[in-house]
Amino acid sequence: MKSLFGHLRSENPGEGALNADVSQNESNEDNPLEDSNDEQASVKHSGPRFSVGIDLGTTHCVLSYVDLSQSDEDGHVQEVMAIPQLTSPGAVEELMQLPSFLYQAHHSELAEGSTALPWSAKPEFLVGEIARGLGSKAPIRLVSSAKSWLCHAGVDCKAPILPAEAPEEVERVSPFQATVAYLQHIRDAWTQLHPDAPLASQDLTITVPASFDPAARELTVEAARFLGLEQALLLEEPQSALYSWIERSNGEWRKQTEVGDILLVIDIGGGTTDLSLIAVTEQDGNLELTRVAVGDHILLGGDNMDLALAYTVKAKLEKDGKRLESWQIQALTHGCREAKEKIFNDPSLDVMPLVVPNRGSSLIGGSLRTELTRDEINNVLVEGFFPRVSAAERPISRPRGGLRTVGLPYAQDAGITRHLAAFLVKQLNATDDLKDINLPEHASFLHPTAVLFNGGVLKAAPLAERLMEVLNSWLTAEQAPEARLLEGADLDLAVARGAAYYGYVRKGKGVRIKGGTAASYYVGIESAMPAVPGMPPEIEALCIAPFGMEEGTEAALPDDEFGLVIGEPVRFRFFSSNTRREDQVGTRLEYWTDEELEELDEIEITLPEEGRRVGEVVPVHLTSAVTEVGTLELHAVSRQDDKRWKVEFDVRAGEED
Amino acid sequence: MNTTYTIDLTLKPSTFDLWHVCLAGTVALLAILLIVLLIVMLIGISRGRKKLLEEALRESAVSLAETVKIPEPEVKVVEKIVEVEKVVQAPAPEPVVLKEATPDAALQLLSLLQKEARFIDFIKEDITAYNDADIGVAARVVHEGCNKAINEHFKLVVIHEGQEGNKVSLPKGFDAASIRLTGNIIGEAPFTGTLIHRGWQVTDIRLPKLTAGHNAKIIAPAEVEL
Repeated sequence: MKSLFGHLRSENPGEGALNADVSQNESNEDNPLEDSNDEQASVKHSGPRFSVGIDLGTTHCVLSYVDLSQSDEDGHVQEVMAIPQLTSPGAVEELMQLPSFLYQAHHSELAEGSTALPWSAKPEFLVGEIARGLGSKAPIRLVSSAKSWLCHAGVDCKAPILPAEAPEEVERVSPFQATVAYLQHIRDAWTQLHPDAPLASQDLTITVPASFDPAARELTVEAARFLGLEQALLLEEPQSALYSWIERSNGEWRKQTEVGDILLVIDIGGGTTDLSLIAVTEQDGNLELTRVAVGDHILLGGDNMDLALAYTVKAKLEKDGKRLESWQIQALTHGCREAKEKIFNDPSLDVMPLVVPNRGSSLIGGSLRTELTRDEINNVLVEGFFPRVSAAERPISRPRGGLRTVGLPYAQDAGITRHLAAFLVKQLNATDDLKDINLPEHASFLHPTAVLFNGGVLKAAPLAERLMEVLNSWLTAEQAPEARLLEGADLDLAVARGAAYYGYVRKGKGVRIKGGTAASYYVGIESAMPAVPGMPPEIEALCIAPFGMEEGTEAALPDDEFGLVIGEPVRFRFFSSNTRREDQVGTRLEYWTDEELEELDEIEITLPEEGRRVGEVVPVHLTSAVTEVGTLELHAVSRQDDKRWKVEFDVRAGEED
Repeated sequence: MNTTYTIDLTLKPSTFDLWHVCLAGTVALLAILLIVLLIVMLIGISRGRKKLLEEALRESAVSLAETVKIPEPEVKVVEKIVEVEKVVQAPAPEPVVLKEATPDAALQLLSLLQKEARFIDFIKEDITAYNDADIGVAARVVHEGCNKAINEHFKLVVIHEGQEGNKVSLPKGFDAASIRLTGNIIGEAPFTGTLIHRGWQVTDIRLPKLTAGHNAKIIAPAEVEL
């Protein structure tokens, strides 16, 4: 039970007198802010040749780079790197995308030497196309969607838990290890192709979903550091997609956008849907971009759509008395994906035959034939995932069953338009602070004026059109002009390209999006009131980082003092809000609605003994900082000697009690 | 026993026995050796190079063949002829070098086609027992997979952009390798004719690289489900 864990009691500043002298002990913790600044400086000094962007996607990873030595004021040279990877045992191919899968092969499964890569005779983990291929036939050994686990409350991301469904015998990895494995593959591929420009000394930007919580961001940075990529910066994927669009517009973006615009970035990838709002304002005559809101982490994407189609076809076959085995469903899913793309791309096609080939060597004899019609696709995908709903509708959420196996919290409502409606209504006040943005009085949701798409799903014209149609129906209902679609986006590679371009922009070569923290953050504090038997103590939420807190800034809460016990880990309840923009550091909330504040995993501080007595109480106050890298850091600062201890986000282990 | 040796100089041996042959051979050998030695000494003296002489002496003692190397006109002649014959043999008929197709790439392509399109399964299956509809179902798998495999690994372009069935003209010096003339081939370029087939050309090929120990002969491994 969460309420059993310590909510810190606020204490009087005067109680600090309890403490012994601790000043002679040097804390091992360095100030991370200074650290990252140093790194920045040294990178500039050595002069990186490339600005590299890595899109660490849920289903695919992509690397793009800008050659800074060949770029000047007028232009720049940008490439997407083909990543060499095993595609089947013994065969290495260069593909633009590295599938984010990891396969734990059985020791007698693969022939000796058949897993060699150009840079390693025997890589520790099989990742990429080979992992996906082998895993499709032995799913118990396949690790997929590791990224979604990073942001999954209630699990320890450094504990070996994947593949989640695997029997005991299969060696498991942690979501963190899997992330490291993908990054390592990309790093090694880079090193092999650019032996004279190691990745560790280039500008590097790694993208994360805008909806990633502080712990997941921290883990991503840690994975990069683990591989010696100390300089890696984080960038939110929707922002990255917008950077890519700006880059591709060749300066035209200033003509396609105007002051007062609200850009809605809709990123529907293989496994997740990510929403962001970016406002266009004016500052000293220049256009400025400010990211004003991000959506929740929605585990809903293209893979769900293919699966939905496969189950529709399966139902059709079962009506004819045909039973399907699991491998056939998998083949059907694959077939549905391709049939869907064909039907979407060719308006004259109404039916696509689907064949599930027999697994044995007899191809003609044992194959199963069926078909997928345009009507089915429209019913399942267009109506199922993009239903015509009013802006007032909300995603349906059923209470989760009490006994849930450990798994990813997939979105319960497949209606992306409902998620979008909820997001826009929730963010109605997101632009209140910006004088350039004027919403009509009667607006019941935030009116976007332009839309940027990202993610492979939206390559399908009927889906993109439906999404625009629904959004515009909401806008017209409130007499607002229709939103226009920003053209020219590269839906598959935009995130990586934008990230590489971001490194270039950071050198003062173009417009930057103002971001900051994607939410405001709070710690839970027990309010000082007499305990009532049978009632959980009242909790107050203390704001420790406001919304939009910018990179490289720090905020302290000197007035809120806590007594921390040496040697004992102390846990705080931790909350975030992506709607409460007005809260400043130190604001205390006594009451909030479930919608306003979302509870994240607890955070933990352990004060090391370091010469002090165990059990001793040290008075501290909290500081928060957003690093240049883009992660949130919390520290407890001693009242007596300004010593700092880091507050750990990743304390998701051992929650059973 | 009265042993009398009569010497009859008119007598001629009618058969050569082994001894006589050996004798004659030894005499000839010694004679040659003597001549060689004499010549070598003469050269050595005439050039006044003691070292060369010593070397030559040593060499000549080791083998006859090596003496050939010494620049010398007379004795070498016999052996030189042999050598000239050898040299002449090699360049005389210029051999046509045919490119050896590497089996690995061919095997790799088969493997890709099998993996993506079940190509070998399809070709190896006896289709006589099935009706056209069933074969059509399988053909879809093969067509779709082959299309994917070929598009992923080869970049194919048509050679002649013209419309098939239309009149086209070929300028002088057209590439005979990429355009084949058929039918009534007479006269001189420029030619005018009907475009029958536009042709295909691979402009880029991206076959997977193989690891050292990879056995490309295994087109598709047997599968055993546990």
